[in-house]
Amino acid sequence: MSTNNLTVEQVDDSPMFHMEEEPHHAPGTLLGFWIYLMSDCLIFAILFATRAVLAPNYAGAPLPIEVFDIPLILVSTFCLLFSSITYGFAVLQMQMNKLDGTLLWLGVTWLLGATFIGIELYEFSHLIHVGASPQSSASWSSFFALVGTHGLHVFFGLVWMIVLIVQAKKYGLTVANQRRLFCLSMFWHFLDLIWIGVFSMVYLTGVV
Amino acid sequence: MSAHEEIGQHVEGAPHASMKEYMIGFSLSVILTVIPFWLVLGDVIDSRGMTIFLIIVFGIMQMFVHMVYFLHLNTKSEGGWVLISLAFTVMLVVIAIAGSIWIMYHLDLNMMPTMQM
Repeated sequence: MSTNNLTVEQVDDSPMFHMEEEPHHAPGTLLGFWIYLMSDCLIFAILFATRAVLAPNYAGAPLPIEVFDIPLILVSTFCLLFSSITYGFAVLQMQMNKLDGTLLWLGVTWLLGATFIGIELYEFSHLIHVGASPQSSASWSSFFALVGTHGLHVFFGLVWMIVLIVQAKKYGLTVANQRRLFCLSMFWHFLDLIWIGVFSMVYLTGVV
Repeated sequence: MSAHEEIGQHVEGAPHASMKEYMIGFSLSVILTVIPFWLVLGDVIDSRGMTIFLIIVFGIMQMFVHMVYFLHLNTKSEGGWVLISLAFTVMLVVIAIAGSIWIMYHLDLNMMPTMQM
């Protein structure tokens, strides 16, 4: 290599070619958000493990089979499942740059999520009323810790959704807003995924 | 971020979703949700262990459906890092849940009889 002179010197007026911009890298937001979801997954894994270990320790409190209302859980499960698909419709509208459609489907998603939270709060108050309160036994403590943490996530997802609806209304579907909406869609689908674990492991297995 | 970002551009690296994908995922999810609820509400199978096993199998299948059709996971997203981090997380989740159940079950067995509740 030493024999070759690699530096190009501009000796005359011939054009020089160079890149107009630095090579563009996609910002790692989506991957970073995915890593966050994975760490959140570990929080839920520990809560699931706690629930699995403590589930038989009722200490005289009501048994799940006596107090769980499975048809109601089916309704709230479908609320969350429908909200997943309506958020999917919002993403499809966003890809077509249709602001009104995006906002409409986000609104529908929000209502379904709020219904889910409403049903969950009703269920919690019912459970506490019949004596299955968090302080009654290790089993119910682990139940409220797991299901409550999931509900809290859904609640903050709803808050986030309001913020993004306002943002999208004010500034339109900018690249930044699309990225935010995409992150929330991952969050929302992830919460639905966790709920599959909750209704399978806590509710259905609890009453078999 | 510049104040006047062009509307109409798309987020780089974001997977392109399609209606077909969402509808397939939704239909499969409905089926995989209804079956375990039907098993429980209809008292279809006598064996308790078999019912729990089926509930868990359908739950895991539905989680896969969600990851593929709703979260748009594939082997190439973000240069494979999404899948690697998922695989690592699944490993930790299995260790945490299966390990806890295993250890605590044996701890219960080894308790002295008088300490049993």
